[in-house]
Amino acid sequence: MSTTILRIRRGTGLGLVAWLAGIVFFLPLAWMALTSFHSETDAGTNPPSFTASLTLDGYREFFGTGGGASPWPALINSTVASVVSTVCVLLLALPAAYALSIRPVKKWTDVLFFFLSTKMLPVVAGLLPIYLFAKNAGMLDNIWLLVILYTSMNLPIAVWMMQSFLAEVPIAVIEAARVDGARLPTILARVVAPIALPGIAATALICFIFSWNELLFARVLTGVVAETAPVFLTGFITSQGLFLAKVCAASLVISLPVLAAGFAAQDKLVQGLSLGAVK
Amino acid sequence: MTATTTAPLTATPVRTMKQPSARLRAWATRGPLLPALVFMIVVTQLPFVATLVISFFDWNALYPKARRFTGLDNYRQVLTDADLRHSVWTTVLLTVAVVLASLVLGLALALLLDRRFRGRGVVRTLLIAPFLVVPVAAALLWKHVLYNPEYGLFNGLLHYVGGPQPDWISHTPLLAVEASLVWQWTPFMMLILLAGLQSRDQQQMEAARVDGASGWQIFRYLTLPHLRRYLELGALLGSIYIVQNFDAVFTITSGGLGTANLPYTVYQSFYQAHENGLASAAGVLVVIGSIVIATFALRVVSSLFREEVSRA
Repeated sequence: MSTTILRIRRGTGLGLVAWLAGIVFFLPLAWMALTSFHSETDAGTNPPSFTASLTLDGYREFFGTGGGASPWPALINSTVASVVSTVCVLLLALPAAYALSIRPVKKWTDVLFFFLSTKMLPVVAGLLPIYLFAKNAGMLDNIWLLVILYTSMNLPIAVWMMQSFLAEVPIAVIEAARVDGARLPTILARVVAPIALPGIAATALICFIFSWNELLFARVLTGVVAETAPVFLTGFITSQGLFLAKVCAASLVISLPVLAAGFAAQDKLVQGLSLGAVK
Repeated sequence: MTATTTAPLTATPVRTMKQPSARLRAWATRGPLLPALVFMIVVTQLPFVATLVISFFDWNALYPKARRFTGLDNYRQVLTDADLRHSVWTTVLLTVAVVLASLVLGLALALLLDRRFRGRGVVRTLLIAPFLVVPVAAALLWKHVLYNPEYGLFNGLLHYVGGPQPDWISHTPLLAVEASLVWQWTPFMMLILLAGLQSRDQQQMEAARVDGASGWQIFRYLTLPHLRRYLELGALLGSIYIVQNFDAVFTITSGGLGTANLPYTVYQSFYQAHENGLASAAGVLVVIGSIVIATFALRVVSSLFREEVSRA
């Protein structure tokens, strides 16, 4: 009797510890959100002003009504780079994953591991030739170059994830469709896609996150026209007087799509990030 | 029912008659794979080959006419350059510290989240959030909102208890970068380890409990051996991402105060110093380092992968 009470008490105790840990990890974000709604004078106080009145000035300032550079071009560039590269990734990865799972080629595991090994090649290894190529081809500061690079960055992850999702499609169903005379595009679109759709959606969301977050390529290869949202954020690296609320507003707005996509893909997040090794 | 069982039998002879040749059939199987494969080779492998070639040249972009073949001279220079050697050391230190700290914290959090308690889903969501902040935004948050000696939250909270008001980034620059990365990567480790915990054999655990094994014994002799490969996987994937980290170093310290890691140094040596040959040699060295890690990583992933395939 007493041991069960002890166990229950310890259980709730550990539950409280878990809650505490969650709050500690979330605190910097909560503080960032609160600061973004403070006026600049209230944001930069020591000790911190927790109960200062709330205002949208930080957001107004960020969106450029205060006279600073407008973030809209950067946000639009990021959206184009992330969405278009994700579409390209899906178009290339879906057939590839098909050839690695449903109707596997010979030595399909070797091919799968080739894709994975490219992910382990550091970005800096190819950065210089890509930069020189872009410079000579007149593609510097061009958003489509980022689309190509982000596609290559995410393709291995997508192939791995989709391979593991497509492997779950029962072979018998595909055989039946093939016998009924369905050709490859039809089989992919009508039979495979519906079953693998949740997995495909999660893959897309994860690719979107990685593209949206990317800094190194964007920093080196874009300038004024094709600047992406993370590059826009690097403008805040040196402090410029009273700007804390603006920084918080900017960081929050630019992180919002990633937070949304991440929570939407929560269940498949581990599988994607571990390249399909963990389910 | 009968259709699915008999159809393949009747269809087979028809199909073999129609098949033109085995070679064509093999290409039809390979076909869907080719666009992705060719794209990957062109975009990732060719630039690396170019890097390898450039690394053998003395080539400063500001003096393009002075470009000449120097053999291994760039490598000699990279390996003897004090700054570059320091950045190799910084990379190792940064990667090991961040991976170990976030693994230990991630394991503790995963163990906490593996038990049932009220609001578990909410706590899980709170814990994942740091991982879903744009890396540059996270680095800005730590640099300006938390670390700033005048108005940062850390010194603000210290102010309440009458503590000192340190300048975090100047005093402990590398630690400052590491702390922000640990904050972002702990959720990643937690997710992988939680998946590992939840894939344990519940019957085996229950049997051990019935046999009178203590909580510690179950953890030590059942949970930990089971988790080993998940720990390895987390460590190796984390290493691959953190060895390549650029965002946090670039944002928090701009590579100053001895925090420049290899990716930052490579970036700097061609983007600011225009030393193409040296940058390429350093890049090739990063790749060699990554290959060592990657070989282990691939082995771990493939053993988990084979287990999945054999289970299916």
